[in-house]
Amino acid sequence: MSSSRKAFFRGAAHALPFFVVIVPFAMLFGVLSSEAGLGPWETQIFSIAVFAGASQLAALQLMQDQAPLLVILATGIAVNLRMMMYSVALTPHLGGAPLGIRATIAYFLVDQSFALSLAEFDKRAGLTLPEKVAYFFGTIAPITAIWNVATAVGVQMGRAVPESWGLDFAMPITFIGMTAAMLRTVPHGVAMVVSVGVTLVLWAMPYGTGLLVGAAAGMAAGAIAESWKDNG
Amino acid sequence: MIDRTTFWIVVAVLGLATYLIRFSFLGILGNHPLPLWLVRALRYTAVAVLPALVAPAVLWPPATGGSPDPVRLATVAVTLLAGIFSRNMIAAIAAGGVTFYLLPQLIG
Repeated sequence: MSSSRKAFFRGAAHALPFFVVIVPFAMLFGVLSSEAGLGPWETQIFSIAVFAGASQLAALQLMQDQAPLLVILATGIAVNLRMMMYSVALTPHLGGAPLGIRATIAYFLVDQSFALSLAEFDKRAGLTLPEKVAYFFGTIAPITAIWNVATAVGVQMGRAVPESWGLDFAMPITFIGMTAAMLRTVPHGVAMVVSVGVTLVLWAMPYGTGLLVGAAAGMAAGAIAESWKDNG
Repeated sequence: MIDRTTFWIVVAVLGLATYLIRFSFLGILGNHPLPLWLVRALRYTAVAVLPALVAPAVLWPPATGGSPDPVRLATVAVTLLAGIFSRNMIAAIAAGGVTFYLLPQLIG
């Protein structure tokens, strides 16, 4: 077996356990999107076009709330801005690949493929460029398949789930659980508290705009808290 | 009901914008370092946006006509604590889900 082939299968093997995270998340999106009245194909195209669950859920809720288009787009994009860091962090490792390969990698740059690849490239300093590319594609093979199949299963389930299950609260629980697991440092906590506080205070503002101001304030507060921590 | 024109614009624009975010440095900007303030702000996007997005629905849930609900507030507290202590997203969500469905049975 060639070294690239080995790297591909190692990536796939490392990514498989992530089905525990991806399956419930994709199914939740499928269920909620079907409850919101989107058809199976609309949901699947949404998932394929964006391929970023948290922003899809955010956009879904805001569309249901009849928020203005610009607010929906700005919020969805803000949720995904973290991926710019992923793009920065992988460039030293994968930046030497041909443009077509890099353009393909970019589409598949999701939380799990990024985290796995960066950890692997740091751990095995001797990997060649083809091996690194193969490892990355190895991680995304199971992730992409699981993500799309679980979304489709969720859509079918959504048609069977009765209103009385209280699924209106599934998304708050999901987003708060994701956030809580990310609260690793004091600045993370500061960013969350400021963002939530400002958003609630500004809730009377025309729909959704308070959220954008709150999120921007939270990001700035987190960055400032981090710089104090570094300098103090 | 979701307006279909809005929906397709969101699919197209959010899809394209997300792709360009992912492509940015890998595809075009190469090894140019980001300014420090931007790196710092980007680190906090998710923890700023996600909770703020759902905070109003937690305090003033549409399902109860907008009045605060002890079960929902307790669920959020449990989810937060479970996530902070376990550092595990699935454990936090599971703890929240269990609280949300069991607490009403317990307090009847």
